[in-house]
Amino acid sequence: MTAETGIGASVKRKEDARFITGTGRYTDDVSAPGQSYAVFARSPHARAKLGGIDTSAAAASDGVVAVFTGADLQADGIGDLPCGWMVKSKDGSDMVQPPHPPLAIERVNYVGEPYAVVVAETLEAAKNGAEAVQADFEELPAVVDLKNAAAADSIHDAAPNNQCYDWELGDGAATDAAFERAHHVTRLHIVNNRLIPNAIEPRAALGEYDAAAGSYTLHTTSQNPHLERLVLAAFVNVAPEAKLRVISPDVGGGFGSKIFVYAEETAVIWAAGKLRRPVKWRAERSESFLADAHGRDHVTDAELALAEDGEFLGLRVRTKANMGAYLSTFASSVPTYLYGTLLAGQYKTPAIHVQVQALFTNTAPVDAYRGAGRPEATYVVERLVETAAREIGMDPSDLRRRNFIQPDDFPYETPVALTYDTGDYEASLDKALAHADYAGFAARKAASEASGNKRGIGFSCYIEACGLAPSQVAISLGAGVGLFEVGEVRVDVTGSVTVTTGSHSHGQSHETTFAQIISEKLGVQFENVTVLHGDTGRSDYALGTYGSRSLAVGGSAIVKATEKIVAKGKKIAAHILEAKEDQVDFADGVFQVVDSNQSLTFGEVAFAAYVPANYPLEELEPGLSEKAFYDPPNFTYPAGAHICEVEVDPQTGVVRIEKFVAVDDFGHIVNPMIVEGQVHGGLAQGIGQALLEHGVYDETGQLLSGSYMDYTMPRADDLPSFLVDTTTTPCTHNPLGVKGCGEAGAIGSTAAVMNAVTNALGVTELPMPATPETVWRALREA
Amino acid sequence: MEISLNVNGTAHSLEVPANTLLSDILRERLRLTGTHVGCDTSQCGACVVHVNGDAVKSCTVLAGQANGASVTTIEGIGTPDDLHPMQTAFRDNHALQCGFCTPGMIMSAIELVEKNDGLTEQAVRDGLEGNLCRCTGYHNIVKAVLAAARQM
Ligand code: FES
Ligand code: FES
Repeated sequence: MTAETGIGASVKRKEDARFITGTGRYTDDVSAPGQSYAVFARSPHARAKLGGIDTSAAAASDGVVAVFTGADLQADGIGDLPCGWMVKSKDGSDMVQPPHPPLAIERVNYVGEPYAVVVAETLEAAKNGAEAVQADFEELPAVVDLKNAAAADSIHDAAPNNQCYDWELGDGAATDAAFERAHHVTRLHIVNNRLIPNAIEPRAALGEYDAAAGSYTLHTTSQNPHLERLVLAAFVNVAPEAKLRVISPDVGGGFGSKIFVYAEETAVIWAAGKLRRPVKWRAERSESFLADAHGRDHVTDAELALAEDGEFLGLRVRTKANMGAYLSTFASSVPTYLYGTLLAGQYKTPAIHVQVQALFTNTAPVDAYRGAGRPEATYVVERLVETAAREIGMDPSDLRRRNFIQPDDFPYETPVALTYDTGDYEASLDKALAHADYAGFAARKAASEASGNKRGIGFSCYIEACGLAPSQVAISLGAGVGLFEVGEVRVDVTGSVTVTTGSHSHGQSHETTFAQIISEKLGVQFENVTVLHGDTGRSDYALGTYGSRSLAVGGSAIVKATEKIVAKGKKIAAHILEAKEDQVDFADGVFQVVDSNQSLTFGEVAFAAYVPANYPLEELEPGLSEKAFYDPPNFTYPAGAHICEVEVDPQTGVVRIEKFVAVDDFGHIVNPMIVEGQVHGGLAQGIGQALLEHGVYDETGQLLSGSYMDYTMPRADDLPSFLVDTTTTPCTHNPLGVKGCGEAGAIGSTAAVMNAVTNALGVTELPMPATPETVWRALREA
Repeated sequence: MEISLNVNGTAHSLEVPANTLLSDILRERLRLTGTHVGCDTSQCGACVVHVNGDAVKSCTVLAGQANGASVTTIEGIGTPDDLHPMQTAFRDNHALQCGFCTPGMIMSAIELVEKNDGLTEQAVRDGLEGNLCRCTGYHNIVKAVLAAARQM
């Protein structure tokens, strides 16, 4: 039974039954009787003093129920939107966290920042009302360019030079010494382009207030409803924690952008309480572009010191990271603990020093986007390594091999504060080289050239750190929350199982994967397992889904809970079968007395637990329901090798991906079909960053790439089919031996593509995205 | 204005403001929430339904244009016990993750297969160019559409 539905099987997804028939239930599909509609008035300016706001015309507009401004929220005790990670500068000072009222007060600092909300009987009336809100703006010069932000006017009084923090990691003196010894130094100036996440489901919220109970229910598009609830209750003061229930039903993609607590749901749930009626909001796509947290946006100077034989001696990295106008929920941790710590990559580089200056600009807040810091780190390391190979005339695969951390080096302590538990980097690279037919590349290149085209190949051997952990270390480094997960396994009287997890699926397939774990561990039919998630009213406090943590952390909690179920089941079985507890084995759904034909099925034991006729009630509570919290002792370290081969048409500058190979080591895999799908999606986003996507503001801070006409999303005809494969070194410190797969595609692929394009063009540096125009110009200038 | 339209085989007469979009009629008036709105600018394809047999973006169809039309939505192409071959192919090939693009993707794909013979991978990619998916990288969607084309 479990072989087809247990761990390792490509079981078809439970969630598909509703999604393919149009019966999914996303936030905007939920309506409450008598609901009103919210529309936000948003700043047209990147930076301005916000004088008076005249809401009288809006309030008088047809169908408008109420108009609220930041002052109304403030007067009611609503606090700022906080950032959850306190990063310290290298001089020991705390980062600057400027005030971030949900609706702007006194100043607006990016185009699209909300400064008033109009609630009306219909959506149309709310839109008309929002148009009628009149605000006095006194425009100020906008700070847009990250490179020069430190020299510009300060956006926030609290942040001189627009600096949020100036952070460092690693041994600067040792790194300097390594560069003094170097035979060769490779230097690159790297811009990691700003991305706009663009989950296809726009953010939405429905706030309801139950006057009789004095309680609030917020349906919203969140990756972590408990965090949403905690922040809205404890920091923003919307309602006491116990009086606020947050439900994230089906969520249409997140990619990080739905981790954060935003102004809109804050205003919606607050207004629902004030007005004592439901309030609903759904972002239009243009609002998603303007006001979802963006991703990436780094400018970096990086140098790699090499010995004569290609050994890496030292790595020096100086990065400016754009925070946007305010600190979003986890913004500060992305270019530090999720970036600097990953700069060792897969290599034994002995000395690394990184400095990161985080700066405010008059642009939308920047926070985690699929990969969050790790794609930026991989891009720096893998562009440098590839460039170094070309400069010293070594094959890029050989140079990597020369420097890989070897299988017998684990556990391996890097110079940037991580301890990798396991890996086999050469195994992934070898497999990828075979799939890519690297040996045949020269012939393919010759063929391309014969037809007037250029061909290039590029590698990226990435590592990532997933399942951010352990709580105590993260908290000591500034995290404001723990990083554990909870899993509850409730066995029903008839032996079916309901699992409740604090993790959240917005595409990741928890209902299937977690049911497979139960099927494997308890021998229960896959069909008889139901997985619930996304509701603070159902599960204990936990941290939700981001950073590829659901299986490694959430899955581990569920495994722990199943172990408790089995332990209790053995006690029950031993009593009924009149055997010693340590003589009862459990396998494939059967409790068996060793060396006997005495046995009970899992269902029989469950029934006995709830109908305790023959049951040791004096020693054991009735029932069969267990819960476990799991706090990981370390990150997991997925890693792999991506190889991209491109052909470039020099007449048009069009880059065509001829082949993309990804070989990833995710440890053990529960559902290979789902894992492949996660890799495909990540690859599309990584390739999108390299070739298509770019969030661009003009010098006045207007978002130029504010629609699907201007921001190039990867479409079906922009991408190839992918060749994905895996290698396996099981994670050593979680019960499933799993590492996480959600971000790998986006982390590894970007550098592989750009290494391939630069290889084809014969250039060292090329800005992303490598659009036809960029490529065409580079060829003309080369 | 007063409009009549047939949706998934059921006739409806509705009084709606003239500027109402077909996507809103389906979602808000008829509570057929399987049709999704991802962009409201005719760019993402999440809202695709069939109007008189053609795949159209319902976020850009006004009530008056829909008047008298026969509309099929994701809810109208199959039942859980009797799925359309395209629905089956999407499930069997893991062509969906978050599911938000899926209804529009399936409705576009059905039209693509119905109106074209001998579809190749490239033809499927070109044919689905109007439908965005942020989750799947399209790889499995293309596989699913080719698989369904063999069945349909
Ligand atoms: S919602 Fe109609 S095309 Fe996007
Ligand atoms: S499955 Fe999520 S957008 Fe396509």
